Amino acid sequence: MLNLTNVEKTFNKGTINEKKALTGVNLQLNEGDFVTIIGGNGAGKSTMLNMIAGVYPIDAGKIVLDGVNISRMPEHKRAKYLGRVFQDPMRGTAAGMEIEENLALAHRRGARRTLRWGITKEEKEQYVEELKVLGLGLETRLTSKVGLLSGGQRQALTLLMASLQKPKLLLLDEHTAALDPKTAKTVLDLTEKIVNEEHLTALMVTHNMKDAIRLGNRLIMMHEGNIIYDVAGEEKKNLKVADLLKKFEEASGGEFANDRMMLS
Amino acid sequence: MSGFLISMQGAISQGILWGVMVLGVYITYKLLDIADLTVDGSFALGGCICAMLVVGKGVNPFIALLAATFFGVLAGAVTGFLHTVFDIPAILAGILTQIALWSVNLRIMGKSNIPLLKVDTIISKAVNAFGMEQGITTLIIGIIIAVLIIVGLYWFFGTEIGSALRATGNNEDMIRALGVNTKFTKMLALMISNGLVGLSGALVCQSQKYADIGMGTGAIVIGLAAIVIGDVLMGKLRSFGAKLTSAVVGSIVYFVIRAIVLRLGMDANDMKLLSATIVALALCIPVAIDKWKMKRSYSEGGSGTC
Repeated sequence: MLNLTNVEKTFNKGTINEKKALTGVNLQLNEGDFVTIIGGNGAGKSTMLNMIAGVYPIDAGKIVLDGVNISRMPEHKRAKYLGRVFQDPMRGTAAGMEIEENLALAHRRGARRTLRWGITKEEKEQYVEELKVLGLGLETRLTSKVGLLSGGQRQALTLLMASLQKPKLLLLDEHTAALDPKTAKTVLDLTEKIVNEEHLTALMVTHNMKDAIRLGNRLIMMHEGNIIYDVAGEEKKNLKVADLLKKFEEASGGEFANDRMMLS
Repeated sequence: MSGFLISMQGAISQGILWGVMVLGVYITYKLLDIADLTVDGSFALGGCICAMLVVGKGVNPFIALLAATFFGVLAGAVTGFLHTVFDIPAILAGILTQIALWSVNLRIMGKSNIPLLKVDTIISKAVNAFGMEQGITTLIIGIIIAVLIIVGLYWFFGTEIGSALRATGNNEDMIRALGVNTKFTKMLALMISNGLVGLSGALVCQSQKYADIGMGTGAIVIGLAAIVIGDVLMGKLRSFGAKLTSAVVGSIVYFVIRAIVLRLGMDANDMKLLSATIVALALCIPVAIDKWKMKRSYSEGGSGTC
């Protein structure tokens, strides 16, 4: 499904700020895998997702998605295969445009944009139904500007937009980290629901170890630009937060896990 | 008194013809969120191309309008190329094209101005055809063209490509993640914008019956001032059609104000100072109000003690 082979990325190469973000990452995903990714700050979690999405070019290696080599494909072309939700709720939606306009833009992800009208009547009806599922009352506010919504509402909308046109792979980059605990739970529940119902293949970065264990069928831990732990199935289900912390300590050479991970 | 009315009518016509330029500026400034300084050059380019074709080559004045639009589009493409392919900041890319166009415009005309004295313009042709008075004819032609362009833009920005273009100005990261090549949308916006600016330059050239190398100087500031005025007058209206119309209305009001202050005895050379002041104030006032509100809302004891 998704194959990362020896993917390398170094930022600011040759300068004093040189940062090896990915050091030859190998990863194979199967169809329908829902993988949670944990790791400390700077471990390369977000970078890996950005490399798959094509935000920056990779330095070396190969990324193959569903048989297509996308290693050097520009970001807007890869978008055809990918649904993305970002950490910052402001990044996933266009604030100055209406809810239905945002949905219509997402509905056309990967399709050739033409001089046909940007939104059709049937679509609007479909959006009402889809928005009802979110349970946030947005279905009555189709023509409201997205800028008027709360962070949680915007993130839920982004999630809907990412799955409106079924993606081959869903990339969730700490998409609940900027929300308050209650909203975060709502968005997370929604994520689970959408991934399960649509049988999506997904990569989800999170700082919350409990969520990482509870959700998905596979868990990977990253450290210093590579994957140091990869667990699936029964073994993953039986994991405890304490096990993960121990793994993490081993990897970082006895150093204790950072505060953000402890708190979760 | 009738002299006053005639000058007002002239100001309104002028406002409409310049309003076409303001629509172009609206696309880059409001929709794409960049101040495109190509405008000063592409406005003059439109006028120069038009004058050179009509006077020098005896081209039909209507065809000359189309040619001016086309070259405006090209000017926008140059700025777009510098901005999207080589990542030059939009404002600098615009300045480069604008400066280059000064020399290009002089080359096109061969001298610094061309009068359109004994040649036909679309206005003189219409006067001959319908037998109306020149001032009224200019006004009607202006209104027809402005309405056609507003309708055209309204349609375009409702299409899939047009929506993607608006989204590019709104949230570039998002629309790229949704599969749109933002280099293309930015380029397209700059081309359409400068096409309209070039057309406006040609229309103004035909109505004032001369083209001058300096005719575009300060056009961007006039455009911004008109947008600001339109926003103040019609900002409450939310529909996109109303927003486009407000750009032209702003332009009309700008030229009416200008005609009035000139009649009141202000030196025409001070007009640019006045325009710049209007734009500067319009940009400063909202910021000043926000800061003032923030200062006022502070209270040591918390929200209860206010």
